[in-house]
Amino acid sequence: MVQKLHLLKESPSQTAGPYVHIGTNPNWVEITGVWQEDLGLVLVGPETKGERIVIRGRVFDGAGDTLKDALIEIWQADADGLYNSPQEKRGKADPNFVGWGRQPADGATGEYRFETIKPGRVPYKDGRLMAPHITVWIVARGINTGLHTRLYFSDEEVANAECPVLARIAHKARVPTLIATRAEENGLPTYTFDIHIQGEKETVFFDI
Amino acid sequence: MTDNGSFYQRDRNWHPPAFTPSYKTSILRSPQQPLLSLENTISELTGPVFGHDRIGPLDNDLLRNFAKTGDPIGQRIVVYGRVLDENARPVPGALLEFWQANAGGRYRHKKETYLAAIDPNFGGCGRVITDEEGRYWFRTIKPGAYPWPNGVNDWRPAHIHFSVFGHAFAQRLITQMYFEGDPMIWQDPIVATIPDKAAIEQLIAALDRQNTLPMDALAYKFDIVLRGRRSTMFENRMEGN
Repeated sequence: MVQKLHLLKESPSQTAGPYVHIGTNPNWVEITGVWQEDLGLVLVGPETKGERIVIRGRVFDGAGDTLKDALIEIWQADADGLYNSPQEKRGKADPNFVGWGRQPADGATGEYRFETIKPGRVPYKDGRLMAPHITVWIVARGINTGLHTRLYFSDEEVANAECPVLARIAHKARVPTLIATRAEENGLPTYTFDIHIQGEKETVFFDI
Repeated sequence: MTDNGSFYQRDRNWHPPAFTPSYKTSILRSPQQPLLSLENTISELTGPVFGHDRIGPLDNDLLRNFAKTGDPIGQRIVVYGRVLDENARPVPGALLEFWQANAGGRYRHKKETYLAAIDPNFGGCGRVITDEEGRYWFRTIKPGAYPWPNGVNDWRPAHIHFSVFGHAFAQRLITQMYFEGDPMIWQDPIVATIPDKAAIEQLIAALDRQNTLPMDALAYKFDIVLRGRRSTMFENRMEGN
């Protein structure tokens, strides 16, 4: 007998199911009075540093239908490229920006929407800078393990071209699935990021 | 030895695969291209922190946090346990959110149509943050089993959904807890998405008669394991070479 490693196994994932909102956004499904405000709805306050942006999009299944029950979480650095996390050792992030958001897809249109700021660049493991990006996590009925992907910005062509993570995508034709397209709406830069779970336009998902 | 390195890779044979035809909704909601394996960067090694001040005093009491006229109907239970990482270390400050059906197997959700009665005193949601030793507990009623449209006669076993935030976004996890001794577990297409029986058993809470509250509530123990991290002892040395 060899010595034991005493490692545990990660608890296996199970689908969030159709009623994930009861636990994450109870006020949104009219379970009121349990707590005041659902977490993650507001990322930006008046003191937050950085360029205000909107990101929005829809999640599509393999038949091209919109998921109405999806829940989207985002995690991003502040305007200077620092994360508001105890694991961040490179400096102190903007105290007025948590960097985490969570929104349910609209029950009628399937659209999700975040008002946030454009993140700064953060380094890859070897110190090279990655292009500005937002981590996106999707759960819904029928998704057995939450899907991780990244949102990049269409107006960051130079940074995108040198991003070591985007460079790892072997099929270059799939890179655009991670790039949100910029337009101006109501005076705000608005980035559309549609997520295709399956099919010809399947988004690149990560095993992180 | 501190664990500040990258996370152990997720064991995709322990988790359910994305495409599980017996759970029909997964068929069109499963990526078909391989996932891109990504060594953890600072974007995955960090994650949001939720302070204890975010949590209200009744957030972990599903018997009382929605009650209007009295306690909800059902078997009173306490669910408790620890959040650990794969190195068997406690994860303090982890936010757990949970949701469940009522004793009749009915969710309080605008899209829910099952004919079992709504309980006016049961909302079905709660949350808690683990203490310094990774411990948590909450009070609720045991949820009922319910039928769902998949096969014509498929039933979910009694279960409680859990959403877990560890210290890093790479640890983000949603799972479900089942109850010891429930024969419904082994006929459920969603449970069966997990290929390994030992992995399924990891999601079955143990009835704990020693911690049952006398004349009050049964106790179930449910530990949750999040991904563990490599030791930086090795990683730093490698970088120095």
